Formats: sequence, C-alpha cells, structure tokens
Amino acid sequence: MGLTAKSSGFNVLKESFNIDIEINKPVIALAGNPNTGKSTVFNALTGLKQHTGNWPGKTVTQAQGVFTHNNQDFLLIDLPGTYSLLSNSTEEMIARDFICFARPDLTIVVADATNLERNLNLVIQVMELTDNVVLCLNLMDEARRKKIRIDIEKLSGELQIPVIPTIARENDGLYELKEISYKICTKQIKITPYKMKYSENVEEAVEKVLPLLKTRLNQISDKLNLRWLALRLIEGDKTVLESIEKYFFKLSKNTEGQVLSCGSNC
Amino acid sequence: MDQTADCGRELIRTLSLVDNISESEKEKIRDQIVKDIYWLAEKIANESVSKEQIKTDWGEKADDILTSKYMGFPIMLVMLGGVFWLTIAGANIPSAFLAEGLFWFEGRLNELFMWANAPQWLQGILVSGVYRTMAWVVSVMLPPMAIFFPIFTLLEDAGYLPRVAFNLDNFFRRSGAHGKQALTMSMGFGCNAAGVIATRIIESPREKLIAIITNSFVPCNGRFPTLIVLASIFMGTVVSETYSSFVAAAIVVALVLAGISITLLVSWILSKTVLKGVPSSFTLELPPYRKPQLGRILVRSFIDRTLFVLGRAVMVAAPAGLIVWVFANIGIKGMSLLDYAANLLNPFAVLIGLDGVILLAFILGLPANEIVIPIMVMGYLSTGAMLEPDSVSVLRDILVNNGWTWLTALATMSFSLLHFPCGTTLLTIRKETGSMKWAVFTFFSTTAVAIIVNFIVVQLIHLFL
Repeated sequence: MGLTAKSSGFNVLKESFNIDIEINKPVIALAGNPNTGKSTVFNALTGLKQHTGNWPGKTVTQAQGVFTHNNQDFLLIDLPGTYSLLSNSTEEMIARDFICFARPDLTIVVADATNLERNLNLVIQVMELTDNVVLCLNLMDEARRKKIRIDIEKLSGELQIPVIPTIARENDGLYELKEISYKICTKQIKITPYKMKYSENVEEAVEKVLPLLKTRLNQISDKLNLRWLALRLIEGDKTVLESIEKYFFKLSKNTEGQVLSCGSNC
Repeated sequence: MDQTADCGRELIRTLSLVDNISESEKEKIRDQIVKDIYWLAEKIANESVSKEQIKTDWGEKADDILTSKYMGFPIMLVMLGGVFWLTIAGANIPSAFLAEGLFWFEGRLNELFMWANAPQWLQGILVSGVYRTMAWVVSVMLPPMAIFFPIFTLLEDAGYLPRVAFNLDNFFRRSGAHGKQALTMSMGFGCNAAGVIATRIIESPREKLIAIITNSFVPCNGRFPTLIVLASIFMGTVVSETYSSFVAAAIVVALVLAGISITLLVSWILSKTVLKGVPSSFTLELPPYRKPQLGRILVRSFIDRTLFVLGRAVMVAAPAGLIVWVFANIGIKGMSLLDYAANLLNPFAVLIGLDGVILLAFILGLPANEIVIPIMVMGYLSTGAMLEPDSVSVLRDILVNNGWTWLTALATMSFSLLHFPCGTTLLTIRKETGSMKWAVFTFFSTTAVAIIVNFIVVQLIHLFL
C-alpha cells in the first residue's frame, strides 16, 4: 500500500529524533506558529494516546501520539511552534530538520485563521521543503467573531494544497482533517503544492549552484530537495550543512541501509 | 564505517565552497528571500481574506486597560488580592469540618489498634505519627487549595497571565534579565519546579540561569497555604473580625509583591556580577482572550493541581511524620532528639526572628514545603504527637503558647518566601542546567537572601518597637 515511511529511513527517525516508528504507521508532523491552538489540535487528535519527552540533545519538549482513522494508525509528532523555518532558533532548527531529514509522510500546518498572513509565511516555507502539506485553518470561531471571512477554496487553489477549516476546541473539522490525512498517506491523493518563485537575482544564484549540487549529491538527490538546499547555501545558512553531515553521515554505524555509498565524488 | 564519515566531511567541505558568493551578497539574497516570502504571503492572504470593518474589538479594548501604564498595576493588585481574599474567607469552614471528620476517624483507628492489642509504640508511630500528620496536611491545606487553584486556573485560561507578564516585562529588562522571565516567574506561582522547566523558553543561557536561580522567590502551591494560614491567624486578628480576612489577603499580596521585588533585585545583582551581559530583545505576543472552559478548569485544577500537590504533601508528610515522631520520642538524658536539635539551632534562629523549632521544620521540610507547619506543631508539643487541630484557632493557641508574636509569624512567612527551594525544584535545576553547581548555587544564594532580609527586618523592628 505504500504505507511505510521506509523512504524516510527508520533509523534516522529513531536515532536522531527519538521517534518510535513502526511499519505501516505513517508519520505525520504537526507544524505551526505559536498560539494557533496547535497543541489543542494535537490533543484532540490523539486523546490520551500520547507521550512526551525531549528532542534528542535539546531542552525542547517533544510530544508524540497516535490516532486511528479508518482502522489505520498514524503517528503524530508535535513540532515546536515556530514562525519560520529559517533556523534562527533551536525550535526552528528542530522543525526544519524534522521535515527535511525525517521526511514525514505528511506535514499538517496549523494556522490561526484570524492572522492568516503571518501564518502563511510558515506554510509557504513548509511547501518548499515537502510536497505532502495540509493547511489546518484553526480558530475559525474566533475569525467568525472578528468578522473575518476566508475563501477556503480560493486559498486552497492559490497554495494548491488541501485547506481544512477547524475549531479544534470543539472537535470541529477534525474528522475532515483525519480523512484527508488518510487519503494522502494511502496515496489516494497526490499533492503538488505551489512552488515559490523568487526574484530574479535569487533565481539566478540558484541556477548557478544547482548543477554543482546535482553532480555532487546525486546519490541523495531523492532524499533531499536540492533546490531548497541551494537556496540555503546561497543565503549563507551554515546550519544546514551541519545537519546534512549529522543525518546522512554520522549515523552510518547502525544504519546499513542508509549509508551513502562513497561514490566517485570522494 | 569511518570511511563514510570521512567521505561525508569531504563532501560537506566541497559543498560549502560550491558558491563563490561573498558574505555581503549572501546577506542581500537572504533579505530578498524573506521579502519574497512575505510578499507572497501577503498577496495570497489579501486575495482570500475579507474583513468586515468592526469598530470595537473588546479584546483590544480590555488590553488597553489591563496593560495600561497607570491602570495595569492597580488592577493586577486588586485581582491578586481578590483571589487571596476568596481563598482565606472561604477556607475556614470546610477546614474545620474536614478536621473534625479526620480526627473522628483517628479515634476509631485508636480503638481498632486497642482492640487488636497492638503494641503501644506501633500505635504511636502509625496513628500519632503518620496518620495525624497526614490528617493535618489534608485538613489545613485542602480547602485553600480547592478554592485557590480553580480561580487561579480561571485567570490563566482566560489569558490574564500573559498580561501580567506584559506589565512586568519592562522591569525585568531593566534589571538585566530577559522579559520572558516574567512568564517563567508566573509559572513559579504554580510550582517552582515547573517554573524552572518553563525557563526553556529563554534562549540565552545567561538569562535562563538568572530566571532559574530567582524562580523560587515567588511562593508556589506548596507555600501559599503556609502563607495564607499564618496570615489569617496572626495578621487578620489584629483588627476586628469583619475586616480580618481583608487584612490577611492584603498581607499575602504584600508578600507576593516583596517576592517579585526580591526577584528583580537579585536578577539585577546577578546580571551585574556572576552573570554579566546585555539583555536580549524579544517580542511578547499577547495571545487573544479565550473563553475559559469551566468544566475543564474544574477538572484540571482539581486533578492536576489540588490532588497532585496534596498527594505529594501526603506522600512526603507520612514518612516525615514517622521520623519526627521517632525523633520526638527518643531522647538522650531525658531530652528528645527533636528538642536537642531545636536547642542547637535556637541562638541563630532567634537572630532572624524564628526559633529553633521553626528553623528545624524548614530544614526537615526540604523534600516538600507543604509539611513545614505540621513539623513545627509536632515539635512544639511535648507529648511527641500533634494536637488535634479542630479549628484554626487551636493552631493559633499552640503557636502563641510557644512564644509566637506577629513578628514571629512575619519572619516565618518571609523565610518561607525566600529560603531554599524544595528538593524537587533543586533536582529540576540540576537537570535543566546540566550541572550540580547551579543547584548548589541556588540553594546557598536563596538561603543567604532569606537570612539577610530576615535579619535586617527583624533587627530594624526590634530597634524601633
């Protein structure tokens, strides 16, 4: 059924992110800005089937839980609440690394419907990194009270991802959220999000770097979004290289299947 | 396998050289990337969101008042005072009721032991030691907690605590600490160990340490009952009964304010000495007010807080009651071990307004601050077991008979506010900072502050009165 996270690598998940992964249990990451009701969504979905700990080596709380829909178990990981993925803080780095290297089967971004513009910044950045994204537009009741109207279809059309309006406190819309998650994880729906086009000078710099990356990294080009990596390199983000080294090379000892063969590039 | 790691390092090195873009050019690109993302977000939001103009948003209006320059603080004081007043005024009757029930049960327990022909010492340890301590803790602490926690949780759930943090933010930055410390301090009102864990939200290690070390200067759940009980039996009775609960509430508010002032002062001293540095800036976002979910508040405050704190108190109080009973009943040359230790501590304790028994109770209360009063009372009673406190007035009689004045009560409350944090908090500090060093530092620095403040206050009052 293609319901495994095999492509993301069990061991990467287990060792570097402290996640107990199982076969046939798709991994869903929950991202979002702080104060969007992300934890409420998490609690409403998983109920009592959750446990908390820390992200390995970090003093940032990690929560993971399980929910079942259509007899299918899903592992839900609550990422730290962040405003972006530009790795300005530990939280942002954890969220980015998880989506990038643990490659969850689906990332749900929880957004505050009363403050869509600011929340979209994160949505756009997640869409750059992974294809399987769903936008959970939470706090719809507050938006209604503030007389804010959101054209869901239009928004979904612009972003080219599913948009589910919810009121997590009242369990409103969560069924739809689970249903769409199920369909995406079972590959009944394929999502190709709108891909951000940058200004000319940025795109030119990307064009220059990309071919080089392709020859250097051809073995992991299916595991890493090279355009995204090129963007990080040209903006001078050093942390991304450290993360690549950490997740693709340092952990090679017990991850036979994951080891990159040392090809002609070395 | 090492070969793979080497290969990785080599690959990373070449990758970091793939571009020959200068640092300043990279910065420009980064700015452009962020700008482009914001532009797209704005464009999409504008296309799909329509907002009807509404003139009044009550949330913003409330924020204008609750966080205003002049009204913010008075409202905060009134809210805090109101919560304490409700707690103090409401706790007396159920407290007496509970005590009566629990000590009636003790009588039945004694009968059971006699009927079973149990040895005298066993009955002493289990009934007069363990059970009576637990009954004490439950009857004195449960009613204030059952009233205080739901109201406090209500304020928390409605979104008032972030407004408190907003009001205090400026003070913290001026004392060289992080504005978010206002939030972790607010958490400390619930539980200092939780407050210490909450300092994770502060990124700079320097400011995080300041927040950790000073967290226990605000009274936690375990110490609020001590403060509230002492305030209501000593401070309240100075005036007529009608106003006594108001005066008692005012005293607790004053203590909380003193705790906050000391937090700021110690933060300032730390940031000028051991932990030098410039405070980092941050944006404090005021979350919207949310309608509190009453049912959940009741359940959560009762299970997560009341039962949790009480459970911990009973768990610690039971073995402590046993130890204290043994200490009080085993003696050298006709003097019990408890008296012996108390006498040893007495000369020093008197200097800071306490007496040997009180100081000993604080030391034995290290595992949990909840049991300080029970141990104290046990120490005072020569019989070696605690008297039956059928009402709060009995507690007052015991204390007065042992030389307590309002000054003793004040000194005890101040020491309780400022002294070393409980064992759980110290362990949490060790875990969060990754070293025993900061736990030890916190232990000694807070105790030093408590001793200095108590000494100055007590000696000044002696001088003028």
